[in-house]
Amino acid sequence: MSGNSSEPDPSFEERLRAARQRQGLDKPIVAQAAGDKSGLGFGLRAGMELVAAELVAGVIGWGLDRFLHTLPLFLVIFVLLGGAAGVLNVMRQFKRADADRLQTPPRAD
Amino acid sequence: MADGGSFTMHPLEQFELHPVGGALGRSVNFTQANLFMVVGGLLILALLVYGTRTRATVPGRFQSLAELLYEFTHSLTIDQIGPEGKKFFPFVFTLFVFVLMGNLLGLIPFTFTYTSHIAITGALALMVIIMATVVGIVYHGFGWFSYFAPEGAPALLMPLIVMIEIISYLSRPVSLSMRLFANMMAGHMILVVFASFAVILGSLGAVGLLGAIIPFAVNIPLVGFELLVALLQAYVFAILTCIYLHDAVHLH
Repeated sequence: MSGNSSEPDPSFEERLRAARQRQGLDKPIVAQAAGDKSGLGFGLRAGMELVAAELVAGVIGWGLDRFLHTLPLFLVIFVLLGGAAGVLNVMRQFKRADADRLQTPPRAD
Repeated sequence: MADGGSFTMHPLEQFELHPVGGALGRSVNFTQANLFMVVGGLLILALLVYGTRTRATVPGRFQSLAELLYEFTHSLTIDQIGPEGKKFFPFVFTLFVFVLMGNLLGLIPFTFTYTSHIAITGALALMVIIMATVVGIVYHGFGWFSYFAPEGAPALLMPLIVMIEIISYLSRPVSLSMRLFANMMAGHMILVVFASFAVILGSLGAVGLLGAIIPFAVNIPLVGFELLVALLQAYVFAILTCIYLHDAVHLH
């Protein structure tokens, strides 16, 4: 058994993986990763990024205006910047998802 | 909502905080949120201590669970941050397990979901972003601020880009905390709404009782869906923490 210990290992690992897949034991992690990227969750996250950036920018602009007594000025500027920052966030999210998708197949093997 | 006024829907009532622990709890404002945070922490501790107690080669149920949790978070941290991720593993593991336990505890009836409060998710997200900022400054010193000024951008656009990058950076804790809190709150509200439909319809007599089966049947898969959301949101929280730490360590 110990004489050719390197030989049975790969086949055992293979059979173990196949058995685990059959029993549905290996699925949860795969399903989680897939659920993270597919459809609704991904879209909701993108929407959340847009709203969050706009919110932060709005608060900064409003705060500056309140501090400097220039009410609409900085609010207007920062709301526009916030929109840009939100789009930037969503772009980064998509870029990350692309990178993950390109990376995942070798890792799954 | 019902005509008789005997039962009304209160989907938000479950998120109200009440002091627990008698006079002592009232005096320090120890609410059920605090209670369940303590319970969650103790449960995690119990699982890890009890699970790894025997250190068997062939793990039992609890050791399996503890090892799975540990290894899953470990590979997540290393994969996302790189070899430097080892240093941040305790932080990410604590966050992940705390959020996961909060999400899962909340699914048990008569418990409180502490992750459904923006105060708690906001505090966690603030901790993450302060940590990432401090780590970035420690690793790169003053050079960390170049994070806000991507190279190759025209000098004319620099002020605009820097502003946008700063807003984008500051929006991270907001979206991080809002995502978790909104998901947990919305899910628990939907559960209450459908459960209330069932009760209201059920109070209308025989026909109503028959109709009450439908919202009740909807609630069953919803609980399963909430279980998925609980796991997924904890995972997303942990992975985003890792991504932010990765940015702090590697500057993109």
